[in-house]
Amino acid sequence: MIEMDNVSKWYGPVQVLKNCTLNVSKGEVVVVCGPSGSGKSTLIKTVNALEPFQQGQITVAGISVKDKKTDLAKLRARIGMVFQHFELFPHLSVKRNLTIAQIKVLGRSEDEAMKKGLALLDRVGLSAHANKYPGELSGGQQQRVAIARALAMDPIAMLFDEPTSALDPEMIKEVLDVMVALASEGMTMMVVTHEMGFAREVAKRVVFMDRGEIVEDAQTVDFFGKPRSERAQTFLSKILAH
Amino acid sequence: MFSDFDFNVIYRSLSYLFLDGMTFTITLTVLATLIGVTWGTALALMRLSGFPPLVLFAAGYVNLMRSVPLVLMIFWFYFLVPYIGQWITGSANPMRIGAFASSLITFALFEAAFFSEIMRAGIQSVSRGQTAAAQALGMNYPRTMAYVVLPQAFRNMVPVLLTQTIILFQDTSLVYVLSIPDFLGAASKVAQRDGRLVEMYLFAAVVYFLISFAASTAVRRLNRRIAIIR
Repeated sequence: MIEMDNVSKWYGPVQVLKNCTLNVSKGEVVVVCGPSGSGKSTLIKTVNALEPFQQGQITVAGISVKDKKTDLAKLRARIGMVFQHFELFPHLSVKRNLTIAQIKVLGRSEDEAMKKGLALLDRVGLSAHANKYPGELSGGQQQRVAIARALAMDPIAMLFDEPTSALDPEMIKEVLDVMVALASEGMTMMVVTHEMGFAREVAKRVVFMDRGEIVEDAQTVDFFGKPRSERAQTFLSKILAH
Repeated sequence: MFSDFDFNVIYRSLSYLFLDGMTFTITLTVLATLIGVTWGTALALMRLSGFPPLVLFAAGYVNLMRSVPLVLMIFWFYFLVPYIGQWITGSANPMRIGAFASSLITFALFEAAFFSEIMRAGIQSVSRGQTAAAQALGMNYPRTMAYVVLPQAFRNMVPVLLTQTIILFQDTSLVYVLSIPDFLGAASKVAQRDGRLVEMYLFAAVVYFLISFAASTAVRRLNRRIAIIR
């Protein structure tokens, strides 16, 4: 579904991604982890070309992200993305947040979009908040709305960029629960996260990044059992210690 | 001390002052604001486009407009636009534009430079993450701007835009150089006809003050109401 081949990226003279190769098959959940500044957020943003890259190739469902002939907007509409800081549109009600792209991008009718949006809102347990504005919701609620907004586009894959990093601890679970449910339905997911519990429970594979490189790409059991690289061992011992 | 003054002159000329004068002033202010904000937003988008010819054009336009006195612009357009019109239409005589159209064009183009700087700040006040989220949902540039960035930019900038409109309202009095009877022009005409300069100019000052003061108070109130909840 998502195929990254030798992706490299530079900010000026600084190389932030070094020959990253990674595949996510249909229905697979892959967790990307690593210390901060390791390039994992940059990597996930290259998948829908929010971050351009200079070398290598990425295809999603067989369509090249880098090809100038690709209609990027159209491709992005099929890939859901959830951001660290939610990025709901603060000037629009929850309802409008859920429907605006369906109507303006997919050309769905107001009724159809609303039906879909409200069904998804119900699914993330927030039906009562349809008419509120994002600023009136807690962080966890906003992130659940953001997930519903992405799902409303009927995505073929979902990208999560540190979806729980900006949340207070007591709200992390409600967001992870939605993600676990999504994974169990067979959604193709690429997730950048520090939540090792989630990785252990849901991910098929774990990818460990450090200094712009993919250091390890292993089956979840193997990764937590005995990571091959020393850097992954150090990272795990630090993150699992607390 | 006011025994020599005749304040009745104000009363006698009220209908001329307001029905003719103030109507013109407000019409000019509202239309120039609407056109100015639209054109100013377009200029701001050009300036932020990152496409060198557009950036250069918008930056040059804004700097030119801001370095020329408004009165000079009013004169310049009044005398030049008829000839530009003639050149475009290829007619034998300079186009008849009329003082109203000419002053409207001047104010709209002039104020657009200021509105564009306000809108540029407004657009930059919307976080990059918002643009990224809109793009991730499949919105192209025009949609991202129309549904996500500009609505937030306008909302953030409404107080400043309205304050600029109040300044524009006061600046419209400069059309007196074209002998147009706007509010100040009308007051001035009556003052000279009846020899009541002090009374009329005092009255005009009070009216400008009251309207501007009321408008700024309203802007402050509005500001508190429309702030986006974050």
